[in-house]
Amino acid sequence: MLLNYLKIAWKVLLRRKFFTFISLFGISFTLMILLVVYALFDHTVGAHTPEKRIDRLLFITHLELWSDHSQSNSTVGYAFLNRYLHVLRTPEKVSIASSGGSAVAYVNNQKLKLDTKATDGEFWQVLDFDFIAGRPYTVREVREAAHVAVINETTARRYFGTTQGVIGRTVEADQERFRVVGIVRDVPAARFYTSADMWKPITVSSINLQDPNYLGPCIAILLAPTAAAVPTVQQEFQQVIDRVPVPSPKDYTEVRVYAESMFANMVRVYFGESGPDNGLGRFVRLLLGLGLLFMLLPALNLINLNASRILERSSEIGVRKAFGATGNVLVGQFLVENIFLTLLGGVLGLALAAGALAALNASALIPYAHFGLNGRVFGVALLIILFFGALSGVYPAYRMSKLHAVQALKGGTK
Amino acid sequence: MTQLPTPATSPAPTTAAGPAVIQLTGIEKVYQTKTIETVALNHVNLSIQKGEFVSVMGPSGCGKSTLLSIMGLLDEPSSGTVAIDGRSVTSYSDRELAHLRNHKIGFVFQSYHLINDLSVLDNVELPLLYRKGVGGAERRQRALAALDTVGLSARTRHFPSQLSGGQRQRVAIARALAGQPEIILADEPTGNLDSVMGEEIMDLLLTLNRQQGATIVMVTHDEQQALKTERIIRFFDGSQVN
Repeated sequence: MLLNYLKIAWKVLLRRKFFTFISLFGISFTLMILLVVYALFDHTVGAHTPEKRIDRLLFITHLELWSDHSQSNSTVGYAFLNRYLHVLRTPEKVSIASSGGSAVAYVNNQKLKLDTKATDGEFWQVLDFDFIAGRPYTVREVREAAHVAVINETTARRYFGTTQGVIGRTVEADQERFRVVGIVRDVPAARFYTSADMWKPITVSSINLQDPNYLGPCIAILLAPTAAAVPTVQQEFQQVIDRVPVPSPKDYTEVRVYAESMFANMVRVYFGESGPDNGLGRFVRLLLGLGLLFMLLPALNLINLNASRILERSSEIGVRKAFGATGNVLVGQFLVENIFLTLLGGVLGLALAAGALAALNASALIPYAHFGLNGRVFGVALLIILFFGALSGVYPAYRMSKLHAVQALKGGTK
Repeated sequence: MTQLPTPATSPAPTTAAGPAVIQLTGIEKVYQTKTIETVALNHVNLSIQKGEFVSVMGPSGCGKSTLLSIMGLLDEPSSGTVAIDGRSVTSYSDRELAHLRNHKIGFVFQSYHLINDLSVLDNVELPLLYRKGVGGAERRQRALAALDTVGLSARTRHFPSQLSGGQRQRVAIARALAGQPEIILADEPTGNLDSVMGEEIMDLLLTLNRQQGATIVMVTHDEQQALKTERIIRFFDGSQVN
């Protein structure tokens, strides 16, 4: 039966090539945009290196001292994080790092600007970098303030001209010399809590590790033992934070700091939220609404096109009814046909999206970005296509199925 | 070729052989618009027995096709009851009616109504697509057998547009036969054909009736063809006339 439906669907598509082209173009263009947006989203907050275990990671990136009349917020002080995170019992690992930094190196009198991060030793255990040579620096090396560094592939090439034989050699940045202990694959700049050109122990950075200020230059990453344990870790963290004394109580009444998933964290930053509501629900609703609106136009076009095809297919509908097709069977048939059309559009859309992402990669708009169509993007594409197919097919299918058999056989559309 | 008109007002009798295959009792069909009420069928009582070949004749617009649509459960009467194999279908759901059409009835239309996008074989398989428990192989086998019956085994891969009018009507008959229905309802099956092809189709229907025992109700304008059937029912202005 399915084959029969597909044969018809294919012939119907070929019947009016121009309209079919318009439909396919609408579908594939819409899908391309949606897929590119999703690929960007996935690239930014999906499970990729080094946040491969993204479902187990929690990020603490901002702290706000809050009162009705006064707010002060920034990234977090090292001492604060060190004191209150290391008392937690539920996380498997806790890491503290600088939120960012930069250094200048010189190669053959050429200035090389490096994005840097200063981290603890646990940073390499919480995250999953791809080492192409060497190793991460250890907890002990951090404790001993060893001048060691991990650099990325591009820095190795730019500074040493190669990635071979670099381990053990010295890189000089901001007049400080660091022994390279590891080289990792480039991390896209969109992963801004972990991406850098060079990582070095936090103990050799300019960060004042003893500064008692709650606000400071650091962030923290917590690794929960399992994805299911994430809420427990969040709960314990919140309990600890609730007991944190408020500095200068004259000015502030609350210390607001949250351990959240990377996505939730980014949404909070994007919306400028500092309270218990991180704005994630609103953001998801906004995204879904925009996505739906974006799909609605080509869907309406397809609905219109399908509905107009009722006229030319009324005889077929009448015949099918005469020979025993029920209304539901006909709805099924037209939905299959429409999903077939949208699947074709989907394949084109995927190809267009792959091209657009390749162009984005080539443009180097986001350093070290490598957008691609992975399994998740493909799965989302399939979902969008099926949803789109159903959205644009249900009404025409319903109308077709409700045609009166006798009228349909006469070519009528009532 | 006997002409056995049924009395217009009395219910058709149940024969000793059992209930009529199709029994229409007090059928009325009225088409209503805002301004006009058109009576297409007026109190029709009719009984079709198993194995009969009945012609329905009358001038254009007298209600012949409406009658056939009601017999074929494609249309509902405004009043009266339709019974198939002695069971009234008045309260049947859309699904039950579709099931009955699929299993009991095969249609042949004047303008063939083949699906032009499907091959001859796919067209003939159509009724079996909607029959549960009939797999692809069996569908194909039964469609081929039906095409063999109408002498078109060599045209299975052709498309309707590649066939002559007579051949298309043969395909339409094969489609009606594929589901092995007890009743074939043919609405002017030779109306679009020249006399030679019309004769061929008529001979085919007669053969089906005589050799396979198919019950056939045929609407026709052709007196000569009607005379070849067992009974002629005449209509005028929506009413049966003797």
